[in-house]
Amino acid sequence: MDTISNLVMGFGVALTPFTLLLAVVGCFLGTMFGALPGLGPANGVAILIPVAFTMGLDATQSLVLLTSVYYGTMYGGRISSILLNIPGDEPAMMTTLDGFPMARQGRAGDALVISGVASFVGSFLATIGLVVMAPVLASIAYLFGPAEYFALYLLAFCTLGGVASKNQAKAAAAACLGLGIAMIGLDNSTGLPRYTGGNMHLMDGVDFLVAIVGLFAISEIFIFIESHGRNSAIGVTLGKLTIPWQDLKASTGTMLRGTGIGFVAGVLPGAGASLGSFMAYMAEKSILGSRGRFGQGDPRGVAAPEAGNNAAAGGAMVPMLTLGVPGSGTTAVMLALLLTLNITPGPTLFRDQPEVVWGLIASLFIANIVLLVMNVPMVKLFVRVLMIPAWVLLPMVTMISFVGIYSLSGSTFDLLLMVVFGVLGYFLRKLDVPTVPVILGILLGSNMEDSLRRAMVISDGDWTFLFSTPISIGLWIAAIAGFIAPLFLRTVLKKPPVPAMEANED
Amino acid sequence: MASDRIFGLVVAILALAYLAGAFQIQTSFLSDPVGPRVFPMMIAVVGLLCGLAMLWKPDAEPEWPPLPVWMKMALTVVILTLYAYMLAPLGFLIPTALVAAGVSYMIAPQPAKAAITGICLSVGLFVLFKYALGLGLVALPRALMG
Repeated sequence: MDTISNLVMGFGVALTPFTLLLAVVGCFLGTMFGALPGLGPANGVAILIPVAFTMGLDATQSLVLLTSVYYGTMYGGRISSILLNIPGDEPAMMTTLDGFPMARQGRAGDALVISGVASFVGSFLATIGLVVMAPVLASIAYLFGPAEYFALYLLAFCTLGGVASKNQAKAAAAACLGLGIAMIGLDNSTGLPRYTGGNMHLMDGVDFLVAIVGLFAISEIFIFIESHGRNSAIGVTLGKLTIPWQDLKASTGTMLRGTGIGFVAGVLPGAGASLGSFMAYMAEKSILGSRGRFGQGDPRGVAAPEAGNNAAAGGAMVPMLTLGVPGSGTTAVMLALLLTLNITPGPTLFRDQPEVVWGLIASLFIANIVLLVMNVPMVKLFVRVLMIPAWVLLPMVTMISFVGIYSLSGSTFDLLLMVVFGVLGYFLRKLDVPTVPVILGILLGSNMEDSLRRAMVISDGDWTFLFSTPISIGLWIAAIAGFIAPLFLRTVLKKPPVPAMEANED
Repeated sequence: MASDRIFGLVVAILALAYLAGAFQIQTSFLSDPVGPRVFPMMIAVVGLLCGLAMLWKPDAEPEWPPLPVWMKMALTVVILTLYAYMLAPLGFLIPTALVAAGVSYMIAPQPAKAAITGICLSVGLFVLFKYALGLGLVALPRALMG
């Protein structure tokens, strides 16, 4: 059993006292970021990357810290959904539908325990799914040449634009913006500058971390100024926690189904955790039909979306690790982390740096267990965290963002650029233009261009080469379908009313 | 309606400028069949189409904040810009306290609470970053530190 021995090796890498400490710290911070409305998983991971990097952590340690944060945010999002009726992050939106009614019936504790256990089931099984699926997909990915990669990148943009956004033109414009920014700097093959305007700082291109922190964290400040911090904490009361065995038993099937749906949604490029929780909830609602009291505080209505979004978080790691193509905003940020650490995801990663991959996977298992302990018996601690008012929280986020970026490059220019991205992020979000394609464009732009150019070198300038293999044709069809199909599906599938929030991405 | 049209127009103009810029990119004779110009041109064309699509079919108007809020946000941008310039010469503590207090005040106008937030965040984060995480921060202006 190759996989088992690899896993054992992974645990060997991940189970040192220091990495365990990092996992605990990461899980704590992650749950906190998830629980605080307005700070989503992408923000949480983004502002901690520069910090982790300047702390001098090695690749495995940084990965342990930040994947713990990532998984932690997925657990934490439910806390404010249930207690405040404000989703802590977008994937937790569906949890408000039954979570808040349960809290109003005085069953907040039960809802938190059930959703915590559902989160655990979802992400633990999804991590097993990752272990099984990733090597298989990696071996398929060996068959991919530059033409296939070009189509694959296109697929990621198309499905992201098609599924995750309401207006295709806006999503595509956002992708173009990101790709356009990625072109700034020295051209890889000729070494000549492009779009630098003679500015020395732009020769190396725009650092994606600056863009990510600006678009996600700094833009949040403006959103909060606009809303006068109205999303901030309200007095929360939570009684004694007991474990509702009856409800847990009743929702076992729900959790397993939610996990399956969420995992598939996560693996598909562009879908991500929000879609995972949405589909898990809707499927469960139609399966149970009149036997459920969905929308009025049915425990299964909390279990389904939480299992779904956590499973999707695990599933989204599959394409990110094996193909280097992230399926969601947060995995895009995780990809940024890998690139910062000089790790190139893709099939070769499994062959060349198995200790990184399996160490990461082992740390996901560890993070899950730590998170279960933190989120069920110790959930009251995080309820306290919700009391932090916005006028303390946002300045803190600002300062951490500035210090992180500053300690990474020591450049005033990068800080200014970050502020510019913050302002840009505010306008994009107000205009309902998704920011994730921008990030994805900046991250993937030069790879996408490289694969196009390498494909053309192979074919000596024959453009039909792009559609010459069955795999690439399949990817092109999927890309076009993924972009166009939602136009028709949107009228069929209406989202149920969920509390409005200044949505960030998953 | 109007916002989306303006945005579409901006996107279209930017795309045209980007396209024009693509023609300015230097190429060398050693280049591959595609060269450094084609991909930027493709981006520009897709961007142009998106801009036109937004002009043609705009979404509903978003809810923009009233003028005083715009002023506040503009002021915040100024504060953050100044912070970017101050951080290197003036060290961490003083600019951070001022800016944290400023941002706090912009979110909730309570002068006393904002000032306390600024000072506590500045000192707290300095201790956290410098001593717990080991980042190389300079506490005070270079001139004072000798």
